[in-house]
Amino acid sequence: MSAGYLVNLLYQYADSIAFLLLAALGLMIILGVVNVINLAHGELIMMGAYITTLAANAGHVSLPLAMLLAVVGVGLFGLLLERFVIRRFYNDKLGALVATWGVSLILSQGTLLVFGPSMQSVPLPTWTLAYGGYSFGGYRLLLLGVAVLAVLGAWWMFYHTRFGVRTRATMQNAAMARALGADTRRIYMLTFGAGSALAGLTGALYAPTTTIVPLMGTQFVDVAFITVVVGGGANPIVGALTSAALLALISTPLSSVFGTFTGRIGLLIAALVVIRFFPRGLSGYWQEIRYRQMTKVAS
Amino acid sequence: MRYAKLRGWQTLTGPQEIGHGPIFWSVFALVVLMLLGFPLAGSAFALSNLANFCLYVPMGIGLALLWGYSGVLSFGQAAFFAVAGYVYGILAGNLTDVPFGTLLAAAGGIGACAVLAAVFGYFVFYGQVSGWIIPLLLLVLSLILETFAGQTAGYQWRVGSVLLGGYNGMTGIPSLAIGSLEFGGAATPFYYLVMLLMLGAYLGTRMLVNSHYGHVVAGIRDDIERTRTLGYNVNFIQIQIFVLAAALAGLSGVLYVSWGNYISPSSMGLLAATLPVIWVAVGGRSSLLAVLLSTIALRWLADALAVKGGEYAFLIMGILLLATMLFFPEGIVVMLAHRLRHRPSTRRSAAKSESR
Repeated sequence: MSAGYLVNLLYQYADSIAFLLLAALGLMIILGVVNVINLAHGELIMMGAYITTLAANAGHVSLPLAMLLAVVGVGLFGLLLERFVIRRFYNDKLGALVATWGVSLILSQGTLLVFGPSMQSVPLPTWTLAYGGYSFGGYRLLLLGVAVLAVLGAWWMFYHTRFGVRTRATMQNAAMARALGADTRRIYMLTFGAGSALAGLTGALYAPTTTIVPLMGTQFVDVAFITVVVGGGANPIVGALTSAALLALISTPLSSVFGTFTGRIGLLIAALVVIRFFPRGLSGYWQEIRYRQMTKVAS
Repeated sequence: MRYAKLRGWQTLTGPQEIGHGPIFWSVFALVVLMLLGFPLAGSAFALSNLANFCLYVPMGIGLALLWGYSGVLSFGQAAFFAVAGYVYGILAGNLTDVPFGTLLAAAGGIGACAVLAAVFGYFVFYGQVSGWIIPLLLLVLSLILETFAGQTAGYQWRVGSVLLGGYNGMTGIPSLAIGSLEFGGAATPFYYLVMLLMLGAYLGTRMLVNSHYGHVVAGIRDDIERTRTLGYNVNFIQIQIFVLAAALAGLSGVLYVSWGNYISPSSMGLLAATLPVIWVAVGGRSSLLAVLLSTIALRWLADALAVKGGEYAFLIMGILLLATMLFFPEGIVVMLAHRLRHRPSTRRSAAKSESR
């Protein structure tokens, strides 16, 4: 086994981690804080890709600016979605699932009606690196960089800002946080907007790499859902990192040897096994261990 | 809530379902008679269409049982529907010379999705996961099955003498038959078979939900920990209901392939997975009858809209679903039923909803 082969394997692993993190981070943050699952997440990703592509192809703006537009646009749409739909389902997780499912149908079929079955995608920036006989797409490495930055950004927001303290208080005990003056409604709304903006970012980043079709969200949501189920909502950052690392470890060898489809089956089986033993996901288990340690210290 | 244990035929009428009293049952009997007499009056085309709409009712009722009565939401009904259809197609295509081969194939198809549901149910129900995980994983399961069925094009994907057919679907599936009596889509026998199974599924689940067992199921929905403390094997009962719902979806799947002699991967895709959820949400998940009516009505609506192009149909279905969830969360048919009735028998269920 040459060093080049190992580096190639590592590159593929990094590529899967970036994909899982970017697909799931927004969804997981929304689950952890607002405690709803947004089934329209895939359509928000699709929306990000459409805005990027339209802005770059028809609006003739530069690609980074088009991506920024997508992030802002989808984030604003998320705020509207929260205000008019999600807000009614704070205490009804299954209701939120079904309602956002309706939203997802409207968005995907509406896009199909307005923009037709497919769209010319923006050209992929062609930076390549070569090592040991393998060549690597520089854009893919950039994706990993952005994924890591997104996680770091979320971590900084949660643990190093006043807003983050209030958000974590809301996650632990919303009624208590409200009593102490945290505006939980505003926190929910902004978090939902931020999670949606992350979906827009994902769509924008992957827009040059795939075909732009109205149902493109589905290729993100199946892995996003599995990542969220395995990670759990107890701590979005720990959940996203551990779950993406574990799942990429399972799917990378399976996909590279047997193909993408077997990789997906492996992910589903992994998810079933994980929830059989850790029903609240990896981050729920991590939280349990921490609480146990805390009580041990106290007593 | 005062609760008297109902037995046998008494369970046909009980607090867990709307529609009581002589007037309701007279109307019910009248509608059944009209449905049974329809082949005398309607054209063959209308008959075949009506049978097509009604064959989805078991799948809808299964989801109503699962979501409305046991509190477990599922996006997997379409997957089970299609698994039963595919397995039926494979078995029936290979058992053409065996007597009662299609009946064996039907049993195999429904059995296959019951087994799949039991295995899936073991992980999620014994893991005691929170409610949102189950629909999410079932959605992923549907997508994976669709991808799998989609890539089965070509001769290497052949089971016995049956080609799986990839995205083009499996064609030439034999219809159900008993001896020389064949239940093909356009024929009157198929219509009567569908009516029999639809009414059987409705009345059977209605008796189930009003039985002692049905009250335990509702107890799990209302307070799972309390029901567990009372000594019921909650996880196992949830698996049973989940398997029953899957088997009902499988029944619909078998009837569907017997009707059209064809099944394709899109019948378990994302859009297909949506439809049962829409029927149940729009009808009202707290009532089996409401779901029966909304299933037939929405199947008819989708058919009428499909003439104008599929994307309009799904757009309108999405708007209908969102509007129902926002403005009539208990379902449109159930809301209308609540508005309609001012009969003495309603007082009991009004008291029931207060005591929750």
